[in-house]
Amino acid sequence: MERKNKIISALFFILLLFLAAVFIFPVAVVFINSFKTRFDISSAPFTLPSGVTFAGIDNYIEGITATGFPTAFFWSLFVTVFSVAAILFFTSMTAWYIVRSKDRFSKLFYYLLLFSMIVPFQMVMFTMSKMANILNLDNPLGLIVIYLGFGAGLSVFMFCGFIKSVPLGIEEAATIDGCNPLQTFFLVVLPLLKPTAITIAILDTMWIWNDYLLPYLTVGNDYKTVPIAVQYLKGGYGSVDMGAMMAMLVLSVIPVILFYLFCQKYIIKGVAAGAIKG
Amino acid sequence: MQPKQLRKYFPVFVLPTLIAFTLIFLVPFIAGIYLSFASFTTVTDAVFVGFKNYVLAFSDTYFLKAFLFTVAFALLSVISINVIAFFLALLLTGKIKGTNFFRTVFFMPNLIGGIVLGYIWQLIINGVLLNYGYSITSDAKFGFIGLLVLMNWQMIGYMMIIYIAGIQNIPTSVLEAAKVDGASYFTTLRKIIIPSVMPSITICLFLTITNSFKLFDQNLALTAGAPAKETQMLALDIYNTFYGRAGYEGVGQAKAVIFFIIVAVIALLQLYFTGKKEQEA
Repeated sequence: MERKNKIISALFFILLLFLAAVFIFPVAVVFINSFKTRFDISSAPFTLPSGVTFAGIDNYIEGITATGFPTAFFWSLFVTVFSVAAILFFTSMTAWYIVRSKDRFSKLFYYLLLFSMIVPFQMVMFTMSKMANILNLDNPLGLIVIYLGFGAGLSVFMFCGFIKSVPLGIEEAATIDGCNPLQTFFLVVLPLLKPTAITIAILDTMWIWNDYLLPYLTVGNDYKTVPIAVQYLKGGYGSVDMGAMMAMLVLSVIPVILFYLFCQKYIIKGVAAGAIKG
Repeated sequence: MQPKQLRKYFPVFVLPTLIAFTLIFLVPFIAGIYLSFASFTTVTDAVFVGFKNYVLAFSDTYFLKAFLFTVAFALLSVISINVIAFFLALLLTGKIKGTNFFRTVFFMPNLIGGIVLGYIWQLIINGVLLNYGYSITSDAKFGFIGLLVLMNWQMIGYMMIIYIAGIQNIPTSVLEAAKVDGASYFTTLRKIIIPSVMPSITICLFLTITNSFKLFDQNLALTAGAPAKETQMLALDIYNTFYGRAGYEGVGQAKAVIFFIIVAVIALLQLYFTGKKEQEA
């Protein structure tokens, strides 16, 4: 019996190793191909570069010049960091107000926010991008406002869920000590919200960093973000420069993987926590 | 905090979120519903046309094809993703070496954006099909299978994490008691593990169904609907109606409303039924 179990777990272990290889394989192939000349990428994607097929960093130079990758990277970073910060700051305040004020209007607002979570982007994409245009929000700063509007649903929902479990006593004590609502919120409540804030920050970072259609329809090619820069390589009906494409794919994936390896613990916890509350 | 005292602070606490939400979501949503009954090219020139857009949307064969494609895709991807993710979660909560490494690797694709994922898989699938003289756009079935593989690769890790969290929540004493009572592994699985992770199953089904239905970036990057719009999913069809056919903006908006209703109904039905199961369990 004991031996049989050992054999079974060894078999499962091998299966998992095989699956892990399958999961890494596509990224590895792209990485290898980014050093090959563009014709060898399309004609023999599963071979290693050698001699004439080795392109050095030519693809990277071409890709970076064609897409303006460093600028795109900067805008992606800018929009992601400030949008996530704005979402956390404003929606945590809103959520606390909604839970504690108990008035009818904030309840209605809360249900509208929940409702927005099930509405697919296509439903509002045309009217929203017109609106962004009219309000001069079609620039990186405006994107922060747009992400606040779209991100508010999930974020308020998750903060509210947590705030309901915060005992009122702590806040009442702060009030008795002479704190006004702003002081109570920032000095007493906000520190308690940290775990939820991390979860929201991770979910929203993953969303905003990778978002393509929303920034494409609003800021478009004037302020390319990373996904727009990658898609830009395809342009029109012409053929794609596969070399530049591979290089850009590698450059887009590297920061994500680095971020993942550094914050892995928080990301996996955040996803699990977000799912349970969501 | 007295609610009354707090209400004076409404402008500080609520107004920024409320304004952003109203301008970016609420107004465009209501305008979107109105515009689905109008003919327009720039919003300001909208003329009310009744149900004309809906009639055109329902008689558009591309839209119907996209609908069937999306339903078939969603069905298969929901089943395969959840079965594989659950199986992996079972393995990785057992006594196997290197669980952390495997978790890290399986979850990794989820962080890569849809556009990038689409091009990564385009390379791989074209590379395989090359041996047979095909490419991903030579036949709709290649695009369909390609999207399925891609979606599985992307979502399995995410769902696995949620299932792992669910399985780890089961008290070990319950599992030990089952073992002492001589329950076989499959009995334990059927009578204890699956009923206890019902909340995780609800969430995973919800996430996979809605994400499969709303898929856009991956579809655009992998095949962009080729060949002849046969691998176009609903979201991409709506996008192409809006931005690819002048004069069809109203039809695009009508399709978007239909799409919204489909997604909302599926989400609510699914939550209702699994919610019921959860209570019974």
